[in-house]
Amino acid sequence: MALDKRSAGTGLLVEAKGLTVRFGASSALDGVDLTVSSGEIVSLIGPNGAGKTTLVRAVAGLVEASAGTLWRQPDLRIGYVPQRLSIDRVMPLTVRRLLSLAGRSSGAEIVSALAEVDAAALLKHAIHDLSGGEFQRVMLARALLRKPHLLLLDEPLQGVDLGGQLALYDLIGRLRRRHAMGVLLVSHDLHIVMAATDRVVCLNHHVCCSGAPESVRHHPEYTALFGAEAARRLAVYTHAHDHAHDLAGNPVAAADTNHADNEPEHLS
Amino acid sequence: MIEEFFLRALIAGVGVAAVAGPLGCFVVWRRMAYFGATLAHGALLGIALGLLIDVDPVFGIAASSVLIALIVTGLQRQGAIGGDTLLGILAHAGLALGLVALAFMSVRIDLMAYLFGDVLAVTWSDILWIYLGGTAVLATLALIWNTLLAITLNEELARAEGIDTARIQLVFMLILAVVIAIAMKIVGVLLIVSLLIIPAAAARPFARTPEQMAALAAAAGALSAAAGLFASLQWDTPAGPSIVAAATAIFALSFTFSGTLGKRAA
Repeated sequence: MALDKRSAGTGLLVEAKGLTVRFGASSALDGVDLTVSSGEIVSLIGPNGAGKTTLVRAVAGLVEASAGTLWRQPDLRIGYVPQRLSIDRVMPLTVRRLLSLAGRSSGAEIVSALAEVDAAALLKHAIHDLSGGEFQRVMLARALLRKPHLLLLDEPLQGVDLGGQLALYDLIGRLRRRHAMGVLLVSHDLHIVMAATDRVVCLNHHVCCSGAPESVRHHPEYTALFGAEAARRLAVYTHAHDHAHDLAGNPVAAADTNHADNEPEHLS
Repeated sequence: MIEEFFLRALIAGVGVAAVAGPLGCFVVWRRMAYFGATLAHGALLGIALGLLIDVDPVFGIAASSVLIALIVTGLQRQGAIGGDTLLGILAHAGLALGLVALAFMSVRIDLMAYLFGDVLAVTWSDILWIYLGGTAVLATLALIWNTLLAITLNEELARAEGIDTARIQLVFMLILAVVIAIAMKIVGVLLIVSLLIIPAAAARPFARTPEQMAALAAAAGALSAAAGLFASLQWDTPAGPSIVAAATAIFALSFTFSGTLGKRAA
């Protein structure tokens, strides 16, 4: 696939400052700061209803900011894979036809985009016969056809079995390197993120904490649990909140426990 | 020897059904069957008002369709009332008000012809309208085909990729109104939606792409029109309902022989 000559490297793609999004009386996002640069993988984690999808939709230009600013690089091309995209069985559709709808792509570009996600064999398959992992690969190929500067992946591992999840993370990491894209991805797990993640942002309407994921090498228990193969691709993120949340989700001064969100126990 | 009135009916019926098929695929894909029924029932009010101010029924139908679409979009956004309830209210209010308005008319009109169609009475001028309107509808549909497909697959994704979804949906709604207007003569307001959705549903098991389904739906619709009209001639049954009965038979055959209902993958 012919790649466009984008200014590869370190450019800032998206910058949110104090981004607030209100739906009626409640704030989905409250004063969120976020940046994503070229070649960087940012993982969003947080409890259900924390505003992760709203943040991704805001970056995609689908929701307006109620306050604060969201700056996007001029002419930013986004490859978006929404959450739980399902295609009704009543619409007959092959992989090839789905990809040809993504824009003005030639047949050769479609074949090459599918090859990039290791799914060349799926070209003529019916969409409805794909497994969860295969479908996510096809959606990634669809996003690549738009030659994006920024990939927005909302829970890309949904409906994918564990083996497939590792392979998919591996693939996202490789694509990021090859195309020097920025990647903003919503992780389905509060504690486990892609090892290649540069930055983890823990969201609960506001940014609770953010930082680099700890290396899995420091977590022998984790390696024992999931195996060495998993350790190469997944990392455990240890939250470092300086506050807790009351039942309404409002931040309060930190309790003596290390973590007061209503979440399952830490793996580490 | 085929008589001329029957030949006219055949040309008109096949033409309308062939246009309704591809458009009906989108009605099926977008789950708009009840929206289509609402437009069709409301069209009776449009016809009545059109007759009152002495303009062609086609314009009355177009006006009532646009009005209904605007009301549905506006009230659905408020979310105070369920979509199915809203469509039910509008459909039956349109039908009832249309019947009431027609009762005020001084001229006697053939109500049955509006409710169930009167394809055996179509004139050459009707046929001209059907083919001009049908060509315009298919040409417009071809123009917006890929965009409308993208919106149908996932509206959020389409919007994120810069598609003006509201504009395309308005165009789709307008061509739907035109099809309802030209199909009125053939099957009447009560049966129009069947010409849209039954051939499309019959085509589904044999299609691998949206385009195949549209072409098959057009063919199934045309076949239904021809078979229904010949049945009507043979057994002296009402023409419009016979066309719908033929379409239903084709649908039943299609699903029986494809076995799709049984081998649906999990």
